[in-house]
Amino acid sequence: MIRFTNVSKRYPGGFEALNGISFHMEKGAMAFLTGHSGAGKSTLLKLIALIERASRGQVFLDGENVTGLGARRIPYIRRKIGFIFQDHHLLFDRTVFDNVALPLVIAGYRHQEIGRRVRAALDKLGLLSKEKLYPVTLSGGEQQRVGIARAVVNKPMLLLADEPTGNLDPELSREIMQLFSLFNEVGVSVLIATHDIGLIDSMEYPVLALQHGRLAGHPGDIT
Amino acid sequence: MIGRRRNQRVNDASGTRRRLRLASPRVFLQRHAQVALDSLGRLWRSPLPSLMTAAVIGIALALPSGMYLLLDNLQRLGSNRDNQVSLSVYLKDGVPAQQAQQLAGRIGDWPESADVRLITPEQGLAEFGARTGLADVLGELEENPLPAVLVVVPGPAHTTPRAADALRAKLAALPEVEQAQLDLEWVQRLAAMIEIARRGILVIGGLLALAVVLVIGNTIRLEIQNRRPEIVVTKLIGATNAFVRRPFLYAGFWYGLCGGLLAWLVVQAGFWLLHEPVARLAGLYQSDFSLFTRPLASAGVLLSCGALLGLLGSWLALGRHLNAIEPG
Repeated sequence: MIRFTNVSKRYPGGFEALNGISFHMEKGAMAFLTGHSGAGKSTLLKLIALIERASRGQVFLDGENVTGLGARRIPYIRRKIGFIFQDHHLLFDRTVFDNVALPLVIAGYRHQEIGRRVRAALDKLGLLSKEKLYPVTLSGGEQQRVGIARAVVNKPMLLLADEPTGNLDPELSREIMQLFSLFNEVGVSVLIATHDIGLIDSMEYPVLALQHGRLAGHPGDIT
Repeated sequence: MIGRRRNQRVNDASGTRRRLRLASPRVFLQRHAQVALDSLGRLWRSPLPSLMTAAVIGIALALPSGMYLLLDNLQRLGSNRDNQVSLSVYLKDGVPAQQAQQLAGRIGDWPESADVRLITPEQGLAEFGARTGLADVLGELEENPLPAVLVVVPGPAHTTPRAADALRAKLAALPEVEQAQLDLEWVQRLAAMIEIARRGILVIGGLLALAVVLVIGNTIRLEIQNRRPEIVVTKLIGATNAFVRRPFLYAGFWYGLCGGLLAWLVVQAGFWLLHEPVARLAGLYQSDFSLFTRPLASAGVLLSCGALLGLLGSWLALGRHLNAIEPG
């Protein structure tokens, strides 16, 4: 699903966020990405979502080399990925329903299909009763679940989550993680960046540990 | 390497197929209609700023189009008369009618003249009376003050000002002729003035069209800045530039269209106000001239101009500012 070969990322100004990263995560796998803050977790996720581009090395997504992919093709790659942010990036002038529907609208689904899929996703996350509300009226945990609903509504092959539980209490965090496990069980590849060691230890998934922009140890293939 | 490239092409192909399947023409139209209505709804929700922008556009479009229509009327006033160049040759008093007739025949044989018509003093008086409504007064006159007149129409090769003037000199030199006068000079002068005014209006119109583009461009630029977070999020979840651009293009389109509509209303109202006094003035000159507006044609021109300028303005703003907004 994801293959990095000797990938480095140097930001303008000389800061080297990632240095010589190589790993391979197979289709349908689930893994954690850990490391102290500033270790390069976010940068690695951004390279996968093509928000940042590698300075050296090559990035493959779903068998396709996306390293030098043209800007016109990027949106179509991003539609294969569900991205969950720490601050959820919801649109506050739209209802929960419209927020979740956005990826389907962008992909050009038919009206009826959009309604069906959005309600299915909201139902799965226990938000069906809130579809007409605006995000401001929801609690932090609910907002995060709306963000997750938006990420999965398009049935992506890959879920990327950047500190998805950063602002949540342990109880809610565990719930969110269990949701990710559920998605993984139906075949979605999941990569979660987090520094919540307790959470990682409580679940038995492979861990990619970043230290100062390098992978600690040799994780090899993540299956 | 070759294998990888082939692999990529397969992916490309499947991606394209998927897109085509999703974006059937019906869905495409449905989506456009939705975005168009959405953009209109956005303008509707902030009526005062939208109306102000539309009003600026409307005034900017109404000025040149109103002036152009006035000019059109003026031109019609000129072409109402016989726009042909002709010369009036006033014969001396005491030239008998028969001699005048012979002279007309002689001049008619000249290569410079295409047509010669004799207006006897009696005909002239009758015509003058009919045209001015002063027939009763003229009837009181003891004798006819009008001379016999030959109306000479120059041949096609002699209508230029210089050739016509040469012909006038030749006619004036004839012994029977008191005076030869190039008629309808005022029509030519009017035409020349109208041409100058038309150019002037074209320049003003061009500048005001530019102003419309800039106003809409600036409005859309502010709109882009206000909706920056939304643009970032939609790009993050796979929106193409076309998708992001669409609502702004429609917003520009609506601004332009509303501005065009306002401009049309302003022009129509202006002409409605002018109609009565102009008709009264024309009546004083014994003319049945009245302003004409061509409401349908001007509506078509103003609405399409407004919409096009709106699209252009937002397109320029998007080109300048949208690409700078990327998630990161």
